[in-house]
Amino acid sequence: MNINLTLIGQTIMFAMFVWFCMKFVWPPLVEAMAARKKAIEDGLKAAELGKEEHALAQKNAEDLIETSKTQAAEIIANADKQASVMIDNAKGAASEEADKIKAQAKSELDQEVVKARNELRDQVSTLVMQGVNSVLDKEVDSKTHKDMLSKLSQSL
Amino acid sequence: MASGELTSSAYIKHHLQNLTFGKFPDGHWGFAHTSQEAADMGFMAVHVDTLGFSFVLGALFLFFFARAAKKASIEAPSGFQNFVESIVDFIDENVRGSFNGKNPLVAPLALTTFIWIVLMNTMDLVPVDWLPTLFAAMGVEYLKVVPTTDPNATFGMSIGIFILILYYSIKEKGLGGFAGELTLHPFGKWMLPANLFLEGVNLLAKPVSLALRLFGNMYAGEMIFILIALLPFWIQWSLSLPWAIFHILIVLLQAFIFMTLVIVYMDMAHQKEH
Repeated sequence: MNINLTLIGQTIMFAMFVWFCMKFVWPPLVEAMAARKKAIEDGLKAAELGKEEHALAQKNAEDLIETSKTQAAEIIANADKQASVMIDNAKGAASEEADKIKAQAKSELDQEVVKARNELRDQVSTLVMQGVNSVLDKEVDSKTHKDMLSKLSQSL
Repeated sequence: MASGELTSSAYIKHHLQNLTFGKFPDGHWGFAHTSQEAADMGFMAVHVDTLGFSFVLGALFLFFFARAAKKASIEAPSGFQNFVESIVDFIDENVRGSFNGKNPLVAPLALTTFIWIVLMNTMDLVPVDWLPTLFAAMGVEYLKVVPTTDPNATFGMSIGIFILILYYSIKEKGLGGFAGELTLHPFGKWMLPANLFLEGVNLLAKPVSLALRLFGNMYAGEMIFILIALLPFWIQWSLSLPWAIFHILIVLLQAFIFMTLVIVYMDMAHQKEH
């Protein structure tokens, strides 16, 4: 238990160890640990951010789906309405057309009737004229009675 | 214990004698063969065992920690890497808690102090006769395996700390500031001699108490191991095992106290206002 040169030797050794530790041991360890800590923190932050973004995206998607649904419903309703309008229009047009065709047919029919009647009258008057001619051939001058005969045929 | 006569006191004395290499009074250098010869060498001698064991332990510490430092990366650590990093974290936390200045020296200083002292103290847990007997077989007469039971080792460290305290006190506060701290407190300038006396004692007590506390604890612990080793071999375990288990606590506690005080003293040296 003597105090001797060992004292100085130990002091020098201690100083060397501390110097070595300060140079080669402490800084790389602390730096690596700090870097790792930062990486972990960043990762956690990114995960948190990603989560938030995911939630936001999901909300957006839901909103989008909701609006598309209402839009689709609107479009369907509009289409229904338009279709019914078109059907109504078509119905109207068709009935109008039918009326028109009916009216035309009727007027044609009427004309035919008038024509047939006229023809019939002409033929009847001719027939009457022939009969009368043949009966009155001798007594009646066809020239003189022509006026009377045409009056007669007119009134038929 | 080459000698045949084995008394208890001779056994104890033998265990407490360092392997001393030094300058004999007649001028030549060599190993001391008796305690008296070692004492006669005075200051011009070295304790080969203390220097050797402390160097080997410190080198082991730095070798393994430097290897871990080289391998340190951002990837998840494993095994020994993890162990080293948890120690570094522990030291770092202590330094952050107690040291308020900015000095890149303090944390490595604390780490070195802590691990080195832990390793040196741990040598105390090696059964007291193993290494001395082993070395005796190789012709080494004396061997003390626990460097911290040699006051040279503990004072060697505390002197290093003391130099750092003085250096940073002067660097941070200036020579005038440091002198003022030593002379103007606690009684004001009219009681300058008393102040100087009190603060001087306060300053000197730091390294002395650091060294003596560690030395005293480890010396006492080793002494008890040696005393237990005097018992018959079949009963030794009943005392040495509990003492060894308790001693684990002392090993770590003394290293921790030393480290914490180093940090606190460095903090005090850096504090500008007092």
